[in-house]
Amino acid sequence: MAGSRVIVVGAGPAGVRAAEILAEAGLAPIVINEGSRDGGQIYRRQPDNFSRPPSKLYGTEAAKATALHAAFDGLRRRVDYRPDTLAWNVTPGVLHTVHHGQTQDIPFDALIVCSGATDRLMPVKGWNLSGTYSLGAAQIALKAQAVSIGRRVAFLGTGPLLYLVASQYQAAGAEVAGVFDTSPFALRVKALPKLLARPAVLAKGLALVAKLKRAGIPVETGVTPVEIAGTPDAGVSGLVLRDRAGRVREIACDAVALGYHLRPETQLADLARCDFAFDAESRQWLPTIDADGRSSVPGVYLAGDGARILGADGAEAAGALAALAALRDLGHDVADGRIDALRRDCARMDRFRRGLVEAFPWPAANAAALPDETVVCRCEAITAGELRRVARAMGATEANRAKAFSRVGMGRCQGRYCGQAGAEIIAAAIDTPVESVGRLRGQAPVKPFSLSATPLADQKGTEQGTPA
Amino acid sequence: MNPIKTPTAQADVIVVGGGIMGAASAFFLRQRGRSVILLERGLVGQQASGVNFGNVRRQGRFLPQLPLANRSRAIWGRLNELLGEDAEFLPTGHIRICYRDEQVGVLEQYAKDARTYGLDLEMIGRNALRERFPFIGPEALAGSYSPTDGHANPRLAAPAFGRAAARNGAQVFENTEIAVVEKTGEDFLVSATDGRQFRAPALLIAAGAWGTHLSSQFGEPVPQSVHGPQMGVTEPLPYRIQPVLGVSTTVTEEVVYLRQIPRGNVIFGGGNRGPAYPDLRRSYVLPTNTMNQLPQLKRLVPALANVNIIRVWSGIEAYLPDDRPVMGPSSRVPGLYYAFGFCGHGFQLGPGVGDVMAELIDAGATSTPLDPFSIARFLQG
Repeated sequence: MAGSRVIVVGAGPAGVRAAEILAEAGLAPIVINEGSRDGGQIYRRQPDNFSRPPSKLYGTEAAKATALHAAFDGLRRRVDYRPDTLAWNVTPGVLHTVHHGQTQDIPFDALIVCSGATDRLMPVKGWNLSGTYSLGAAQIALKAQAVSIGRRVAFLGTGPLLYLVASQYQAAGAEVAGVFDTSPFALRVKALPKLLARPAVLAKGLALVAKLKRAGIPVETGVTPVEIAGTPDAGVSGLVLRDRAGRVREIACDAVALGYHLRPETQLADLARCDFAFDAESRQWLPTIDADGRSSVPGVYLAGDGARILGADGAEAAGALAALAALRDLGHDVADGRIDALRRDCARMDRFRRGLVEAFPWPAANAAALPDETVVCRCEAITAGELRRVARAMGATEANRAKAFSRVGMGRCQGRYCGQAGAEIIAAAIDTPVESVGRLRGQAPVKPFSLSATPLADQKGTEQGTPA
Repeated sequence: MNPIKTPTAQADVIVVGGGIMGAASAFFLRQRGRSVILLERGLVGQQASGVNFGNVRRQGRFLPQLPLANRSRAIWGRLNELLGEDAEFLPTGHIRICYRDEQVGVLEQYAKDARTYGLDLEMIGRNALRERFPFIGPEALAGSYSPTDGHANPRLAAPAFGRAAARNGAQVFENTEIAVVEKTGEDFLVSATDGRQFRAPALLIAAGAWGTHLSSQFGEPVPQSVHGPQMGVTEPLPYRIQPVLGVSTTVTEEVVYLRQIPRGNVIFGGGNRGPAYPDLRRSYVLPTNTMNQLPQLKRLVPALANVNIIRVWSGIEAYLPDDRPVMGPSSRVPGLYYAFGFCGHGFQLGPGVGDVMAELIDAGATSTPLDPFSIARFLQG
């Protein structure tokens, strides 16, 4: 009850709203944030000495961003906020963190994981050249460092973020060589009934595209990436694609921002031993959650883009809902009406989510067409040809087996960036459904951490590792 | 390697367990012209054989095990040629260092004893150690150097044996979990959980942590315990550390071993073991164990102080109370053989175990002494 130990991982829209609900109930949750400042990726707060106004940083979402920041500022005395802290592992009832080289084991009664999302990436020949960034990285460069990733940037991929980041670059004065979307326009029309679940968001999206076009930026749909051209020394020099009409063209640019919508960051859920299920619509494995965000593991809750890509508004609702679910499970009185209202919000957001998946599909078929020499795993520099070889000649038809034989997913990113594409390449190579290839198992640490780390001085040993 | 639908497959020998022991046994039985069925519950080389440290180390072993280890080392040297695949064996040398005066004496005595088993170890004093291997930390008082040992890639070795065995005619059945092993008349009948049956006049149980479950069905249970090694790997670094390094000590927490692979990553393990659950096929690295390894890694190689760890992992290993495997013929049932329970030090032995078990099953005897490993040592009365 009042003494319940609740940890929230993440201080984006979901994490902040979860912490707010918990603080309201008289708990003093621990809020773990990998970044220095709250806001998450979407409402990332700029470094202290930067002074761009919210309207510049967040555009149409400025009011929501400042509201979230204000909410968290108001919570600071009621939560145990731990910025610059990586949750590197979780064992039953214990979260393991590292902060400025000191590790700590933090026991919990409830853990609310709001770990956010990263770009979902499909390799393209040449994407390992310097000058290729994910859309998220391109956005961080702009928001946190106030720099562009290049002098002339081409945007390639699909999904709302493609247009959002391109427009942010344009607004910041960068030269945008064009926005090249792999999804055909017709899918957007088809997805309209679902997208109308959130008419205002849909209108904002359309306005964004219109604004790009008004600025004279080429916006093309239905393209097929061929290659990011360039040399290892000079980096990116162009983007080669096949356009809707079937013509192969090269667009001159010195940087490419790449991304195919988003994938949840699920390592903590995986390490917490949560069940996952294959989501056929988005062709990815997602942790299983109930309507309120309860995972399959008692006491572990998942909210925000780390569970389902609902976007920032959906994350705020899902974070609040997961916190209410945790409170209820911990024995607090929670009004049904409050939960019902949030459930309705989340259901509407989820309908919109499915509309986005339909309108901006993951280009699974591109995996089959990747030339053998395309690097798939950039950390370990392993090519599509090598991955196909272990699948076909060595019988590695399962993702972890293919990793063991080929090293795809063994590097610094632990397969977070190449895992989904790798599974598609294997599935195509042996002509099997991608779900039968499985998914890479999460292994600690969630992100690399230094051997210089030492346990916090007063750290006592805790019992861990018993099966859930 | 997909399961067949026919109700029964037959061969001269059934090997239950597709770890490095079983896969190598199947391979060498084929070399001797015996027909073989290899049955594996998951995928070949996926359990302890695939997740261990990758040590191809002889020094420090129980001395009567050295003939087997020497035989295995000879096979490691021609593994690529035998299997037609590269398991990344590198004879880089292996060094055991120690931090205490009394342990120097232990290493010296071992080096003296090992020589009578044909293993030449060079004792290196403090200053020479630093001169020849400048990456070793200043606390090391002495080192025992085995120049012809080294390391290999455990993710590749057992599967390579399995594929080579299959190419040479072994029938390999993966995803085949065995429920019942029994002797009916002259033959062994092995039944999978899905009802498939396999028949042969000889049976080798090489099922690792699941070995005692099967040996019990012949009245020969063993008192095994199950643990998970606590492994980890760093980000890639310039390739500087060629030999495998290990610490010789009586203090469990001080035990750490590491090897660098030419692509740069440093792989490490040691210290306290973690929990493993054979029934769930899961094992875990305890965060506290990883944290305990860090200072010991820095003590052994101070240059690692600011390197990043990118992954930890574990596996399921069976241990016996005397830290020796079960290997050799059954003490009760003719035609039945065992090779399991390698107590966390089986990887180096794998090829040799396969060669020896094939010889034993094919010829009825082996030139390599196996008495200390007999299952009879655990039988009451």
